[in-house]
Amino acid sequence: MPAPFDNDPKLAAYAHPERLVTPQWLADHADDPGLVIAESDEDVLLYDTGHIPGAVKIDWHADLNDAVTRDYVDADGFARLMSAKGISRDTTIVFYGDNFNWWAAYALWVCSLFGHADVRLLDGGRQRWIAEGRPIVTEVPAPAPADYPVVPRDDATIRAFKDDVLAHIGHGPLVDVRSPGEYSGELTHMADYPQEGALRAGHIPTAQNVPWRRAANEDGTFRAVGDLRAIYLDELGIAPGDDVVAYCRIGERSSHTWFVLTHLLGLPNVRNYDGSWVEWGNAVRVPIERPGAGR
Amino acid sequence: MLPPELEDIVEDFRLSPKQMRLQMLLDYSRSLPALPARYINAHETLERVEECQTPFFVAAELDGDRVHLFFDAPPEAPTTRGYAGILAAGLDGATIEQVLETPPDFAMSMGLGELVSPLRLRGMSAILARIKRQVVALSQS
Repeated sequence: MPAPFDNDPKLAAYAHPERLVTPQWLADHADDPGLVIAESDEDVLLYDTGHIPGAVKIDWHADLNDAVTRDYVDADGFARLMSAKGISRDTTIVFYGDNFNWWAAYALWVCSLFGHADVRLLDGGRQRWIAEGRPIVTEVPAPAPADYPVVPRDDATIRAFKDDVLAHIGHGPLVDVRSPGEYSGELTHMADYPQEGALRAGHIPTAQNVPWRRAANEDGTFRAVGDLRAIYLDELGIAPGDDVVAYCRIGERSSHTWFVLTHLLGLPNVRNYDGSWVEWGNAVRVPIERPGAGR
Repeated sequence: MLPPELEDIVEDFRLSPKQMRLQMLLDYSRSLPALPARYINAHETLERVEECQTPFFVAAELDGDRVHLFFDAPPEAPTTRGYAGILAAGLDGATIEQVLETPPDFAMSMGLGELVSPLRLRGMSAILARIKRQVVALSQS
């Protein structure tokens, strides 16, 4: 049985308010049966330094990615992971994490590939929970293994591959959520992440640049729905039925934007290109736009 | 060839099970010595390591033939702080020669690649490279 929804008025204005919870709601419902809190961070050790009481850790790299192939875990691996974290198919999972919920949104998106129905984000993530002075603990829960079915991963509906993106050029909005310097081609990597570079710089032709950060407030929460509509619908001209593809560098910042477009604005056809620039900028003979290049 | 203290740390990591390695890295992040007051008051004399994802600063000093290391890494970024803790425990007090001979990829054999994305493990090499550059500059001045 899904946990009740958070009736917070800010959340109520979003297309799918049931996808977000506030820290107060989480504090009130942390012990509800059928609810699991999961922390997913950029920094692999952060959970171990302290986390929301009762939260399990789901690591983007060690838990969600295949150890050999650049891909996500398969159906068996996902079922094993969920089971080990005490998550059943009807469990409500509330994700939160560091860095504006990048990896929390990424983990939520991966769970959505496997069709896990009730996945939510803590609005404001780890940063807001701590800023509000709420408790964090180092005690790691040991959940009883849950029954989780082996469900195939759906790679067609909300995930885009390189060939899908090639075919998408000219057929719908393409949102590059990286920084302006990465988009323009001045940088082959995100500031402070030079080791995740690519051989070529620039962006996918027709892509428009809306850095992920524009969807967030300073305190880590999502901006109000009116601001989000102004950015993505008015400024970018996305129409509700459009096929939209978002990308970044390895798919985590674009998971954040995917969440905004899909759940906060309610656009039905949004895909995340998780190969993103680390694939595109290294691929042979794919078209690249780099304003000013070659002149 | 690694300085003996660093060699021991690398061996400890290499021989420990995965979950234990994570705990060890966390212990190193906690045991990183605090920045001495003279650096807190003159923070600009520390060198920023741009390759790290979070603000990370390092300074090397020489005491005769011995190298001393000082790090500033935020507690909110325990992984890079853990790298600093390993380098502080493994290289502080080593000779100039030992520091300069430490292979840039020594951390690759610690089994951390399974825990930390291998791409992000390179931050450790970047820190070591800055340390070596500073040590060379100091020993020539």
